[in-house]
Amino acid sequence: MRSFMRQAAFAAFAGLAAGAATAADNVRIAFIDPLSGPFASTGTNGLHQFEFAAEKLVNEKGGVLGGRKFEIVPFDNKISPKESLIQLQVAIDQGIRYIVQGNSSGVANALTEAIEKHNKRNPDKRVLFLNYSAVDPALTNDKCNFWHFRFDANADIKMDALTDVIKQNDAIKKVYVIGQDYSFGKAVAAAAQRFLAEKRPDIEIVGNELHPIGKVKDFTPYARKIIASGADAVITGNWGADMLGLGKAIIEAGFKGPIYTYYAAADGITAAFGESGKGILRLVSEGQLNPPPSDRVVEYARAFKEKYPDGNLSQTRIANVIEMLARAIEQAGSAEDVVAVGKALEGMEHDSLWGGKLFMRPQDHQLIQDVHILVHTNEGVTFDFDNSGYGLVVESTVKMASMDAPTTCKMKRP
Amino acid sequence: MDLILVTMIDGLVTGLLLFMLSSGLTLIFSMMGVLNFAHASFYMLGAYFAYQISRYIGFWPALFIAPVLVGLVGAAVERYGLRRVHKYGHVAELIFTFGLALLIEEVVQFVWGKGHVEYNAPESLQFALFSIADYEIAAYKIFMIAVAAAIFIALLLILTRTRVGMVIQAALTHPDTVEALGHNVPLVFMGVFGVGSALAGVAGVIAGPVLGTFPGMAVVLGSIVFVTIVVGGLGSLWGALVASLLIGWLTTFAASYNIGMADLLGALGIEPPADLSESLLRDIWTLSLPQVGPILPYLLMVLVLVFRPYGLFGNRDA
Repeated sequence: MRSFMRQAAFAAFAGLAAGAATAADNVRIAFIDPLSGPFASTGTNGLHQFEFAAEKLVNEKGGVLGGRKFEIVPFDNKISPKESLIQLQVAIDQGIRYIVQGNSSGVANALTEAIEKHNKRNPDKRVLFLNYSAVDPALTNDKCNFWHFRFDANADIKMDALTDVIKQNDAIKKVYVIGQDYSFGKAVAAAAQRFLAEKRPDIEIVGNELHPIGKVKDFTPYARKIIASGADAVITGNWGADMLGLGKAIIEAGFKGPIYTYYAAADGITAAFGESGKGILRLVSEGQLNPPPSDRVVEYARAFKEKYPDGNLSQTRIANVIEMLARAIEQAGSAEDVVAVGKALEGMEHDSLWGGKLFMRPQDHQLIQDVHILVHTNEGVTFDFDNSGYGLVVESTVKMASMDAPTTCKMKRP
Repeated sequence: MDLILVTMIDGLVTGLLLFMLSSGLTLIFSMMGVLNFAHASFYMLGAYFAYQISRYIGFWPALFIAPVLVGLVGAAVERYGLRRVHKYGHVAELIFTFGLALLIEEVVQFVWGKGHVEYNAPESLQFALFSIADYEIAAYKIFMIAVAAAIFIALLLILTRTRVGMVIQAALTHPDTVEALGHNVPLVFMGVFGVGSALAGVAGVIAGPVLGTFPGMAVVLGSIVFVTIVVGGLGSLWGALVASLLIGWLTTFAASYNIGMADLLGALGIEPPADLSESLLRDIWTLSLPQVGPILPYLLMVLVLVFRPYGLFGNRDA
């Protein structure tokens, strides 16, 4: 028994040593997002996109700093801020210097605060936070810090781009704003009101309401109200089952105008809308799959589909995160000196894989990029979602959206 | 006026859907004394089975095959699960059905994934049957009403006009006497559980395309079904119908009219405080009817429990 214990201890030690050896070679990136529970499909799909991007865009090209590979280390945060902080600590203890997270602004708020404190107290073990999806505007305004970089367009930028498109559409006279009753739904509604009043004061907001999140069984009454209001267009920040339920009810009630959304795609939603949403559903988002902007995108998307036949290339910004991080590390000449890497990221201009330019705004670390209005259809779709034949096709583009938008960020640099 | 009529129809659809779930649950509860937490899971199974079948042979065969399959699963659960647990008392049964609900949800996620599946109404019903003013009423809604009404009439006739129905009704209150008369009461129990599950399955088949088919669909509807049977009175088919319609209309009307709490309280002669941001009750003043809509059924349940603990149509003390 004792010898067995000794052997086990030795094996464990050897394992640790082996782990430490690979750690020195690889640039490890901690992926902290839900990998179990109700949001697991979104989280897992994001993880696959990160692993694929690291493999395809960095490792196959020989890695960074003369041969060091990117390695994505998954941590399951069950979409809870508390759990995320525990996982963050585990990642830091393992010597990981880069944290990526995206699902839920609540989690991102907790992480950015914790990381700022940690970096202040442990100057020799600092980490960078690369936020690929949490769109609460506060993260690059009041709550900004040097360690946080956001690669998605925030909720205000998306609304700015969306209202730019609405501005040019004279057929829209009445708009109905509806969302889930929590911080993000309220932020979308406030931004819609503000930008519409600024750009098209003649547009009447005929409805502005919040419904309980995840509690509404049947959205038909809401759809009836939208029809009754005579709205020409609907704006909603809904996601998940609330998005599908609301969209289906509105379309079924006979609404023919555009429904502008943030998240009505992938994770089964595209397939579930199918023919009924064709030409009605619009999405405001970055990244372009259809029509494919370049041969590189075709090759990248094909290879992704080959590796993950049931996956969706739904978060195109993930490729931007990986490419820009790799460049910043090369520029800094070190993967451990995250201050140098952060300074290299600041102000970086990059040609996106998906076409167009990217610019990491130094004032607030918000990535400025082209924002598209995409339409849900099955015509001209090269890469569909959910293997349904339906996908998103670029309808209009706002170049470098909100490039000059003001920010309240007062960044302190190390 | 048009909107009231349209909302009546929408509420009727919601109410009848609830009825299909609650009728089975109330029969099972009154007969076996088991609060079946997994009942809404059978509803979910119905939707997923129908989705799978409809991909191969279309919606119409699925409408009949899926509920039968769900019924068989339900009967098997009673025969090989509940009946064995029964001797350990009600707590064991409760925990068993609770675990079953979790198990079914996990299995559904395992087999069909965690996202929505593409389950839509048949092409032949995807059109607006008629419209009232500008409001289109989809043919599928009318189809749902017709199915639910047919089921109610069939159930009522079976329970009150046939021999089987009489045995069931007798077994509800006097199982020992019925058994002494030579009837196979365990078989009756299994049948009722199976048919109750099948009814939930039918609800799933026809509601899946409208309310979405996803692993969370059982949880969304689960609690409201219990509210329905408590309000209606345990074991009463009429109670289940009336309570379902009441709750259907209540939630639909609440969601349809943007009446603020301030308007309601104002009508009662209560003035809002001058400075809302300082007031402790500011949340109450800024609420609107659609926001409080989802809790109204629970409020109704509390009222019913206070003033009529055995439910609107219940005939025995709960």
